[in-house]
Amino acid sequence: MATKKSRLHIPRPTARPGDKPDFSYLELSPAGSVDRPPVSSRTRDIENLATDLVRVLDDDHEAKGPWNPKLEPADLQVALRWMLLNRVFDDRMWQIQRQGRISFYMQSAGEEAVSIAQGMALRAGDMCFPSYRNQGLFMLRGVKLVDMMCQCLSNTNDMCKGRQLPIMYHSKQANIFSISGNLGTQYPHAVGWAMASAIRGEDHVAATWVGDGSTAEADFHHALTFAAVYQAPVILNVVNNQWAISTFQGFAGGERRPFAARGLGLGIPGIRVDGNDLLAVYAVTLWAADRARRGGGPTLIEHVTYRGGAHSTSDDPTKYRPKDEWADFPLGDPVERLKQHLISGGHWSEDKHAALKEELTAEVTAAWKEAQKYGTMTEGPFLDPSTMFDDVFAETPDHLERQRKYMLEIEGGR
Amino acid sequence: MAQMNMIEAIRSAHDVVMDRDPSVVVLGEDVGYFGGVFRCTDGLQRKYGEHRVIDAPIAEGGIIGAAIGMGVNGLRPVAEIQFADYIYPGFDQVVSELARLRYRSCGEFFAPVTIRTPCGGGIRGGQTHSQSPEAIFAHISGIKTVMPSNPYDAKGMLISAIESDDPIVFFEPKRIYNGPFDGDPEKPAVSWASHPKGEVPEGHYTVPIGKAAVVQPGTELTIVTYGTLVHVAQAAAEATGVDAEIIDVRTMFPLDKPTLAESVKKTGRCLVAHEATRFMGFGAELAARIQKDCFYHLEAPIGRVAGWDTPYPHAFEWQYFPGKKRMIDGIRKMMEAE
Repeated sequence: MATKKSRLHIPRPTARPGDKPDFSYLELSPAGSVDRPPVSSRTRDIENLATDLVRVLDDDHEAKGPWNPKLEPADLQVALRWMLLNRVFDDRMWQIQRQGRISFYMQSAGEEAVSIAQGMALRAGDMCFPSYRNQGLFMLRGVKLVDMMCQCLSNTNDMCKGRQLPIMYHSKQANIFSISGNLGTQYPHAVGWAMASAIRGEDHVAATWVGDGSTAEADFHHALTFAAVYQAPVILNVVNNQWAISTFQGFAGGERRPFAARGLGLGIPGIRVDGNDLLAVYAVTLWAADRARRGGGPTLIEHVTYRGGAHSTSDDPTKYRPKDEWADFPLGDPVERLKQHLISGGHWSEDKHAALKEELTAEVTAAWKEAQKYGTMTEGPFLDPSTMFDDVFAETPDHLERQRKYMLEIEGGR
Repeated sequence: MAQMNMIEAIRSAHDVVMDRDPSVVVLGEDVGYFGGVFRCTDGLQRKYGEHRVIDAPIAEGGIIGAAIGMGVNGLRPVAEIQFADYIYPGFDQVVSELARLRYRSCGEFFAPVTIRTPCGGGIRGGQTHSQSPEAIFAHISGIKTVMPSNPYDAKGMLISAIESDDPIVFFEPKRIYNGPFDGDPEKPAVSWASHPKGEVPEGHYTVPIGKAAVVQPGTELTIVTYGTLVHVAQAAAEATGVDAEIIDVRTMFPLDKPTLAESVKKTGRCLVAHEATRFMGFGAELAARIQKDCFYHLEAPIGRVAGWDTPYPHAFEWQYFPGKKRMIDGIRKMMEAE
């Protein structure tokens, strides 16, 4: 059937297993080279932000240019600590899944700067609508590691009472929405939340995250339209980590124009940022939040980063991409880059870093020890299965009470 | 009391609730300045402003998705989907988000959204303006599905829906917006003015979600139906002379099983009727339930009158619509059956 010459374009990544990694397709701007326009700028005057790449940290780990947020070294040390905690936590949970002690896990290796920098730039009253790779937001906003672990264990301290896959956290207290397994659905929620914030006359903004792959979903486009029409105070983030399971970003339409440019047709400014540069991500987030708070409406931020690990514990990326591709990624590793920046400024050292990692590892170990006291997959205490009938509605209807009673009779408790 | 048709009753429900609760907002296609293609929100934007009665882009998924976000942020949104036939682009937001949010967050988050949408045929709308998809929604755990059949119930149930913290899909049978319809398209249209349920209080009252209504008492046969077919059933029963008890289900979920069972146990015969296609229609659930609860009282198998299992054809509307002839035939067969 297939003709030798076809007009049908099938996107192909630049490298497959066995090939030499090739990121020549990534257009990079030198650090410090992109102007920082006033937040009141008209979208049409700042379209370059959607195609250039905002970078602060250069290859020698120096902070440069107008986007440098000039954070204090102490703040940067805090940021490094959160990113490293995110990394250490993910590593441990991955191992724990491999040991069969949780059913599933998703790590955010390589993308930690997105959650940590943005979490630091937003205010506590701002509402986050995360994807499943934003665990750093939960940590930063005060959700305890032990509570996150208990969620992954579906144990008696599980915030989701055993109803959700591991990593589908939520926290009303921390202003972080419930994670859905359906991709991109949170995008219009964030816009609606932001519209309500404006209707209520508050100055809170909403922020939401989606991967490059999920920008193909209708919800992404619905959300952009609504955000543009009502100038909703919302920050729309696309975390372009190059891979959506096995399909590279070309299958979401990334070959021709950057994802940051998706909003330009609607008049939504786009900023393409080095997603592995904590300083740059922090700076563009502050810019977008400031613009939104002043009534300037939404901003679409594309974070150019790399999915350092497998999509999930159910995935094997060696089947579809070069094994060592991350090492060749031109924007490197966000943890390493911030570390080197601090070291080069005399505010950090390899020894301090090693000590911090040890401290965080101990913290994670202690949390895991505590989490298991609330039950594991094999050993009690177990959740009461009769709770599965709660929270379907505000009040439990009669027929669910009957089903609960019968379930307990025939299936028994645990 | 005032005379209202269903459109006026629905508009009045919005007005009453919006006046009492500043968190109630309305959004949908054409609902604002224009007041809705069926005029159900006419005048509300002038009274409550553009921030509370919001014209939306033509994106049903966006309307429902944004309504969820608004609901999470303390508002009580009423989202109008212009025709039930248009709701499918927003279906994932209903199934995976609106219906599941309270459950998956263990009550930390919920969105008290009411989705209003006109449904049903009999208005020459063809296959894209005539569908009755209530069974699809009643099948989803986590939302409630309702369909009133007269102005009084429409207003009282809509107020209940908007004030409820549960998400509710509120179907409005548009053929009876302006007057009851007995299923005979040859007869001149009648208005709600001559119908007792066209008498509607002007202020606040509620009709509970989850309660069926006995529209007329009878002894020989129970007709379980809802929406436009309530009126068709009444006319058909009268034409046959059968002393039929007619039950308006009103709420598909949660279903008022005791009212159904009590009636069928009394009459011993049951005909289930709806406009929607028969196969896997809501009538299947009704029949299964009634069979279980009333088996030893049934004198004949439960019968069904429904739309054909085809799309809704424009040119053959009255051959498709389960009108008076089919209802009369259904009643006769039920009375002959053993």
